[in-house]
Amino acid sequence: MTANLYKPYLMRIEKITEEAPGVRTFRLKFVNEDEGKNFSFQAGQFGLYSVFGEGESTFCIASSPTRQGYIECTFRQMGRVTTALARCEEGSVIGFRGPYGNIFPLPDWKGRNLLFVAGGIALPPLRCVIQNALDRRENFKDLTIIYGARTVADLVYKHELGEWSKRGDVKVITTVDPGGETPDWKGEVGFVPAVLEKAAPTSANTIALVCGPPIMIKLTLPVLAKLGFTPENIYSTLENRMKCGVGKCGRCNVGKLFVCKDGPVFTLAQLNTMPPEY
Amino acid sequence: MAIDKKLLKKESLDQLFSRLKSSGRSILAPVNRGEQIFFEQVNSPGEMAKDYIQTTLSAKGAVFPRCEELFSYRFEAQEVKLEDRKSEPKPTVIFGLRPCDAASFAVLNSVFTWDYQDELFKSRLEKTAVIGLSCKKADEYCFCASVGGGPGETQGSDILLTELSSGNYLAEIVTDKGRDLAALAPELFGPAPAEDKEKNLAAVAKQFELKTLNAKLSQLFDKNQLWVEQSLRCLGCGACAFVCPACVCFDLQDEAGRKGGVRLRCWDSCGFSLFTLHTSGHNPRSVQSQRWRQRLMHKFAYMPERQNFVGCVGCGRCSRLCPADMNLIEHLKEIAENRE
Amino acid sequence: MEELRKKAREALASGAAQVVLGYGKGSGKKARAVFIRKPDQADKLILDDSCVQNLAVYLKKPEVRALGKPAIVSRLPTMRALLQLASENQVAEKDLLVLGVSHDGKLLDLPEFKAMEDYVATAPLELTAEERAELDKIQKLSLDERWRYWQEQFAKCVKCYACRAACPLCYCANCLAECNQPQWLPVPSHQRGNLEWHIIRAMHLAGRCVSCGDCSRACPAGIPLHLLNRKLAEELFRNFKSRAGMSAKGEYALGVFKPEDKENFIK
Repeated sequence: MTANLYKPYLMRIEKITEEAPGVRTFRLKFVNEDEGKNFSFQAGQFGLYSVFGEGESTFCIASSPTRQGYIECTFRQMGRVTTALARCEEGSVIGFRGPYGNIFPLPDWKGRNLLFVAGGIALPPLRCVIQNALDRRENFKDLTIIYGARTVADLVYKHELGEWSKRGDVKVITTVDPGGETPDWKGEVGFVPAVLEKAAPTSANTIALVCGPPIMIKLTLPVLAKLGFTPENIYSTLENRMKCGVGKCGRCNVGKLFVCKDGPVFTLAQLNTMPPEY
Repeated sequence: MAIDKKLLKKESLDQLFSRLKSSGRSILAPVNRGEQIFFEQVNSPGEMAKDYIQTTLSAKGAVFPRCEELFSYRFEAQEVKLEDRKSEPKPTVIFGLRPCDAASFAVLNSVFTWDYQDELFKSRLEKTAVIGLSCKKADEYCFCASVGGGPGETQGSDILLTELSSGNYLAEIVTDKGRDLAALAPELFGPAPAEDKEKNLAAVAKQFELKTLNAKLSQLFDKNQLWVEQSLRCLGCGACAFVCPACVCFDLQDEAGRKGGVRLRCWDSCGFSLFTLHTSGHNPRSVQSQRWRQRLMHKFAYMPERQNFVGCVGCGRCSRLCPADMNLIEHLKEIAENRE
Repeated sequence: MEELRKKAREALASGAAQVVLGYGKGSGKKARAVFIRKPDQADKLILDDSCVQNLAVYLKKPEVRALGKPAIVSRLPTMRALLQLASENQVAEKDLLVLGVSHDGKLLDLPEFKAMEDYVATAPLELTAEERAELDKIQKLSLDERWRYWQEQFAKCVKCYACRAACPLCYCANCLAECNQPQWLPVPSHQRGNLEWHIIRAMHLAGRCVSCGDCSRACPAGIPLHLLNRKLAEELFRNFKSRAGMSAKGEYALGVFKPEDKENFIK
């Protein structure tokens, strides 16, 4: 962290991957190598990514801290800053402030099964945990990923999903919404909650991580409850409008908690005590 | 640190100001501008507003400016060069700050030093000294006594002046910073007067118990009808937040040309619908009643719980200046006295 | 006042309106907007010199619209605002009741917009002698002095947008100032940003402002914003002979082309 809380690190875009229509992943390296060497973060944390002249946008750090030398973010082009980010080319310099926020408590999950349930553009916050778990595979028991998007084109990290499927030590189920399949689609067809129910992963000794659009979360939680997951063992992330990322500008709070400081990772048990202000 | 009590004669103010100025400090004091009173740079006490209860805007701009450069950037081919702001804050004395406003700097500080240290704010605060002025008069909008303050409270002032019946001042030297200021003109600070400070202070009654308010508020988040009724006449402007000495919510904005630009921090208000609007169009606080609730909860429930500070000093500006006459104190009393 | 309360009671009791939007006793010497829903609460309504806020402003709030069909206590500026809003298709005659009051506090019988138009025609939007003197004071300054005067005034502006919030004609759900693609106007309060905001707002109100003065009343920094709007209103009248708030079917001079429009700006 620089002495000026609001001054970002300079990052060079090393690689741009087009994930889906309007969705890109940037692989970023620190322009100042020393800053890069001293930088560390943990899965779950986010950053504020700047286009100088336009502003900042908030995304999770979508790569694992076990992978040194770079960080990655995935974003959809939607507003002023993400549109400017989408115009950047490999070699461009952008800003990064972070890491901010709390973490997925991976050390607490040693020896447990991990179940990842994600939809659409919400796979990035879980991808850092997935990569982290795969890089430390011996620490965890069964890994299951259930991921769906509206259409085949909308699936992000297509290449990686393929790689994970081939590994043999992680169960990967991908699905698209009914009508979103292509003729050569080999995965499931159905909404994520339904696919989850059909897969019926065990809840015994399992932590569930769920990220997705509000409607998907709303329909997934009852399925998890039915499968025997308790609120303390279900983790999710919240998003809110952010500016400072450090609990000062006052806008990202949900009741008395700030998504940037007390989150973005919350258990369902915590979410159940929070007012519906997100 | 014990408070040193001294006497400062009214006619000494000219000398005091000129010593402060020659020590390289600038002086901010209340100045009349038409019907309004603003804190502005002054050279002599004669320029100051007299006989008023409270200024129009607060003095928070001295430590938390309306618009502040965070850093600048230059574009050089594909590279970007960042530069910290060039100017350092000048040592400043705020003269004539009311005890409520003096207490507000601690509230601002509690936010800017919460875990992450905001060095920009801290450097300004460090270079700012306060010579406060007790209140001889109050109006129906003042409620400092209800939020742990009072018309003669020393908290937040480096030196607190209380005007005595003679027209001279009891000068309470509260902090080391205050001692440093007094040391610039030690001969102006005579032995403490015998006159009782209390009889020169306005009477400000306590209108509600903070603890009761706090306890009631924490039960009321879901009572939508209450928030709708209370905020029906609220117009959703930012006047209350911007005149408030304890409001600290801000926005970050980039302003740039082809060669480079700056990142600015500026005041913002939770009363604006834009405040929490997501790019997707989703807004967790989409109607004014939710934003009114946020204002009250943030200041009187969340801040006390998370930061041990009430986000309000009872200066009453929001109520004096609200175009819709929202009158905060009425709403707070309604909640504190709620029998449900 | 008693006549007004009686009318309000009747309107609520008969169901002609679900809410009476009027003035009640406020703090200090002020009045404030009240939203009366029960006939027995009609005694809260007051009518005196403190009742100056343009209540038409509340028609833009969804929580107020949700209360049902309003009966609005309307002094002349509010009537003008309602007519101007009607000419811009923002309010419909059938959706509200107008409880018109004259300048000396008498209840007027204004069963429909036409009656309101007739009443408003008896007091056209002209500057009073004092208002003209205020404008003339600025007019007499040289361009440099005028620029300096307004820069001084705008230096006080903190961009709280109270002027916009208090104005019944500033009803855009997404104000231009809130657009960031492109960022038409700077957000922070600084010299250029403040100037641009006030110029744009005055231009957007030219020919639409009904001179209620609420913008200046709302401004916490005491900037005489009404002068900008009045000046532009006078300019529009001079060039197009049109005044705001005269008719529910009025045409907006700056939105309509007529063959007889002068083209003396083409050199």
